[in-house]
Amino acid sequence: MLKCTLSNIDKLFEIVSASMPLYLPTEDKNGAVFKKWQPGTVWSNASNTVKGPKDLFFPQSEDLMAFKTEGKKIEVIDTRTETEDFAVFGVRACDVKSLEILDRVFLTEPRDSYYASRREHGVIISLACNRPTENCFCGTFGIDAAEPMGDVSAWLTDDALYLHANTERGQAFTKLIADLTEACDDSAVSAQKEKNRKVMKRLPLADLEANAFGGSKTEQFFHSPQWEKLSESCLGCGTCTFVCPTCQCYDIRDFKTNNGVVRYRCWDSCMYSEFTKMAHGNNRNSQKERFRQRFMHKLVYFPENNDGIFSCVGCGRCLAKCPISMNIVKVMKALEVDTDD
Amino acid sequence: MQTVTTKSLCERAASLLGEGTVAAVLGWKRGEFDYDLTPAVFTAAEELTEGFIYNDFSGANLSKYLLKKTREIDGKILVFLKPCDTYSFNQLLSEHRFDREKVYAIGIPCSGMADIQKIRKIVGEGITAIEACENSLLVHTLYDDEPISVSCAEVLTERCLNCKSKKHVAYDELIGDEGEVLTSNRFDEVEKIEALSADERFAFWQNELSRCIRCNACRDACPACTCEKCVFDNPNSGVQSKAPGGEFEEKLFHIIRAYHVAGRCTDCGECSRVCPQNIPLHLLNRKFIKDMNETYGEYQAGEYDNQRAPLVNFSLDDPEPSDVVKGGFDRA
Repeated sequence: MLKCTLSNIDKLFEIVSASMPLYLPTEDKNGAVFKKWQPGTVWSNASNTVKGPKDLFFPQSEDLMAFKTEGKKIEVIDTRTETEDFAVFGVRACDVKSLEILDRVFLTEPRDSYYASRREHGVIISLACNRPTENCFCGTFGIDAAEPMGDVSAWLTDDALYLHANTERGQAFTKLIADLTEACDDSAVSAQKEKNRKVMKRLPLADLEANAFGGSKTEQFFHSPQWEKLSESCLGCGTCTFVCPTCQCYDIRDFKTNNGVVRYRCWDSCMYSEFTKMAHGNNRNSQKERFRQRFMHKLVYFPENNDGIFSCVGCGRCLAKCPISMNIVKVMKALEVDTDD
Repeated sequence: MQTVTTKSLCERAASLLGEGTVAAVLGWKRGEFDYDLTPAVFTAAEELTEGFIYNDFSGANLSKYLLKKTREIDGKILVFLKPCDTYSFNQLLSEHRFDREKVYAIGIPCSGMADIQKIRKIVGEGITAIEACENSLLVHTLYDDEPISVSCAEVLTERCLNCKSKKHVAYDELIGDEGEVLTSNRFDEVEKIEALSADERFAFWQNELSRCIRCNACRDACPACTCEKCVFDNPNSGVQSKAPGGEFEEKLFHIIRAYHVAGRCTDCGECSRVCPQNIPLHLLNRKFIKDMNETYGEYQAGEYDNQRAPLVNFSLDDPEPSDVVKGGFDRA
């Protein structure tokens, strides 16, 4: 365990930034967002960021390649730029877990080289949650917010930041800041964890369980009469999908330029009417079907294909942001009632 | 605190359901907490007792739901409308967007809605309960032993701070007291932006719109955005509704949308309420409303259910385009 006094924290950011870009939560007009540290940047210890660190690995929109045409000749151009090493500080336990979920999608064959490259170059410094919000329910999915993972785990007490490297990359990171840290025992961190876990137990959603869901439950939930009521006022906007740290659907499009084409991809949302539109049209024609898809994917289909792992980490962002306050917690509770009947 | 109680509205709705006057009730449904209400359709008295609520967080404007629900539900639908919602209701009627015969509208008073984000700014995170008192809210949190009292005035939503009317312009029945059209300061913010130089204005909107994530919630919640198929949802249109394609595209989207609803926007403020990125979209609409007021005379969309908006009307007194646009930028 390493200790860095809080008075040295800006110095720590400065040292890291000198060797690689460092992204950390900082207050924006809309709340905390991950931004690149620059001299003067003030780190925010907000409960969580408005959006997760997903954008740093899987941007909302990115160019994949370009095609240049000259007469009958087509040249394929690799538009990728070399990915540089970077660090992300202050990633909460839920968001660290969300990257593992994205890994299962993007790093299995066929491997997504764009995502993989950023994952290989990024070092994740997590941070335990001292003040979770009422919307937090990571415990439902077996995540311990007092014990965040990542390349380096970090804990914050009133006067110091404690760090522990979990991986080689993490060790390289702690080596970088060696001058600012000193070795210490686990007592302060243990006490902090104890405190945090006490708070977790008091969270309003602490009792929410996901046991009723999982792979092989398609038949049980697909035809539930609850979907009609749950989705009746859904606006069909993409807010839940775009603030979700585990939503990973994207669309690939071509953009015509004067003498060629730029092929890009952008996040897509299963809530949108043109989502996965095929030659024959769309396979989900009502908002009820689109709504059902989103939650069935998180609670049933994803675990079905991924060793029982849910693709929700209980970060609470959809609870905070949905314009009509419909969210996965309400869906889980309603569907569970349905199974009880 | 609201001046009419959930119980009184519930009872009236249940009795209208019971006697068969209406087949369904469009209202707000209780959530996990005291502030996360969801618009919902109730079809039985027990459902109302269990879920219906009208409180300081019943901000969602229910009028747009009538488009879909009047087509889906057989029989009349009871809808509860706050004063500002009645303007959207009338505007939708002007545009023949739903069958008036299928709706039973009850106007209910509104003392202004609370903004949960403003409350969070004061009390912090971890809000577990909010009790409404006469002029304040008692907020219980995970981290404070005693509830924190915040005054309602302090946490009013932006649109309620600039409330344009406490008067219901459409209803079949009114519960509670009727209010009056107010003189609001809703154009003050617009004037501040107008006073900026072109470059400063550009920077202001650049900064605000750069946060846009193209979730399209503003469009989807907007009672003036009722196209059966939005141009931005047409994959053949050449534009992507979901890709923030750089700074240019977001501006394009929001400005096109503002133009499209110009003259039809009642300034209900739903666009800014639902924006997950807190972009003050209502300012774009208010600028258009202000310009139309100045150019064609005072006009309030939704004031009546049969009026012609300035931009789709013509009179011989209309100013010439050259009177309106002086031409050129005010760049030095």
